[in-house]
Amino acid sequence: MYTDLVMDHFSNPRNVGEIEDADGVGQIGNPVCGDVMRISIDVDDDRIADVKFKTFGCGAAVATSSMVTEMVKGKTLAEAAEISNRAVADALGGLPPNKMHCSNLAADALHLAIQDYLVKAGREADVPQILKALPKDHAHSSH
Amino acid sequence: MTSVYFDHAATTPVDPRVLEQMLPFFCERYGNPSEVHRLGRDARTAVERARAQVAAGLGAGEKEIVFTAGGTEADNLALIGYLQRFEPGHFIISAIEHPAVMEAARALNRLGWAVDFIPVDGDGVIDVDAYEQAFRDDTKLASVMYANNVVGTIQPIAELARVAHEKGAAFHTDAVQGVGSVPIDVGALGVDMLTLSGHKLYGPKGIGALYVKRGTRLTPLIHGGGHERRLRSGTENVPGIVGLGAAVDLAQAQLAETRPRLEALRDRLARGVLESVPDVKYLGHPTERLPGNVAFTVRYIEGESMLLQLDAHGFMVSSGSACASGSLEPSHVILALGLGAEEAHGSLRLTLGRENTREEADAFIEVFPPIVDKLRQMSPLYVKG
Repeated sequence: MYTDLVMDHFSNPRNVGEIEDADGVGQIGNPVCGDVMRISIDVDDDRIADVKFKTFGCGAAVATSSMVTEMVKGKTLAEAAEISNRAVADALGGLPPNKMHCSNLAADALHLAIQDYLVKAGREADVPQILKALPKDHAHSSH
Repeated sequence: MTSVYFDHAATTPVDPRVLEQMLPFFCERYGNPSEVHRLGRDARTAVERARAQVAAGLGAGEKEIVFTAGGTEADNLALIGYLQRFEPGHFIISAIEHPAVMEAARALNRLGWAVDFIPVDGDGVIDVDAYEQAFRDDTKLASVMYANNVVGTIQPIAELARVAHEKGAAFHTDAVQGVGSVPIDVGALGVDMLTLSGHKLYGPKGIGALYVKRGTRLTPLIHGGGHERRLRSGTENVPGIVGLGAAVDLAQAQLAETRPRLEALRDRLARGVLESVPDVKYLGHPTERLPGNVAFTVRYIEGESMLLQLDAHGFMVSSGSACASGSLEPSHVILALGLGAEEAHGSLRLTLGRENTREEADAFIEVFPPIVDKLRQMSPLYVKG
């Protein structure tokens, strides 16, 4: 049901934890749905210098969180903002169809962390330009 | 590598002694029981011998056993087959039934039948007062499972059947998890119909049976040549039926030995988990439960992730979390116990069987706490208390 890469990221997750006094933090999902992802970032010179995650959820939720942290380290904010949930799933070699909806929100959590950073840094005006598609109030909360 | 199977409520291996009895009926004794020639008569004899074995295991008469293609079909035959004879009225089931009963009930509901789902308490025991009060003048049937597949709670079936009869309704119980694990006597229980399944008691998959008390009239769901006393058409699954008979027979012979052994193993496992992992809640009734069922919920983490970690360590278990069930909702059984969705997502079920040992239980208690710890360190919900 899961690819070897998903199982690898689930069993040996990269960048687990929380950055103290992070420049930006994004959290998505809720425990009632069975998935909560929190991503914290440090930003240096408009690039993601460090990123960590904490996730409550199934194998797919952990693996996508782990994968997105690997994908964005060192990327510019604009590059990181381009990464979609779909791209994370593709990088893992795909997810089972029933996991695409509920457990594939890691990119959304990352985008919220970038938004949080921009707001905290007084760059609210940059939000629409950098984050073209902000995560919508996710269908997730309606379950 | 370690390979420990703690998922016997999902399915059991076929006992080699059962398989041995089945094998001749594939290539050598392959006759159709409806035929009068020698091979046909031989197959008929085997089917009727198995029927007698199943009947003996339940304290039933041979004519009261109908073979089906499994527990789901037997449940459907009980509910739909029984109620189809009447104009749509009302029937009752519990809130924690297996989908085979739950979805059959919903199908009847779409056909105009009113149905009440009776709640359970925190231990998973049906609310007997609410059950009694749910009966109406047009209530035709009540169906309550003998023992729950998720949390193992055993229901007061004899009392529930008596109430149904006082109210003029028939009573069915899905005893798929009970038969073979605990002694079951249909006469003592006073039920009109009872479901059992082969692959939950070391028999093959694809075979089950419905006990139908003499005088209980059903309409068949599957129409054809009129097999199984017109209740279930289709050429008999002879090897499966032989296997079911052998499995029931074997379970009966071993019950006195396996039951106390599994209960001790169950309690050892439960105690070990509760003592070694903080913030764990035991689910189901403390004593009125299946001998092999250990169910609990672990706070702050999710069931499928526990299940996958345990699998990587060679332990095969099951979870009632939404992810593990393949739906978006956590187990309706665990929610019915009054737990929140967050707790339900963290549920784990270990179901023991004949071949499990004390060493395996101890190995689990060894492996499990670090897994919980690892996942909690990863969880944004976990605040070390």
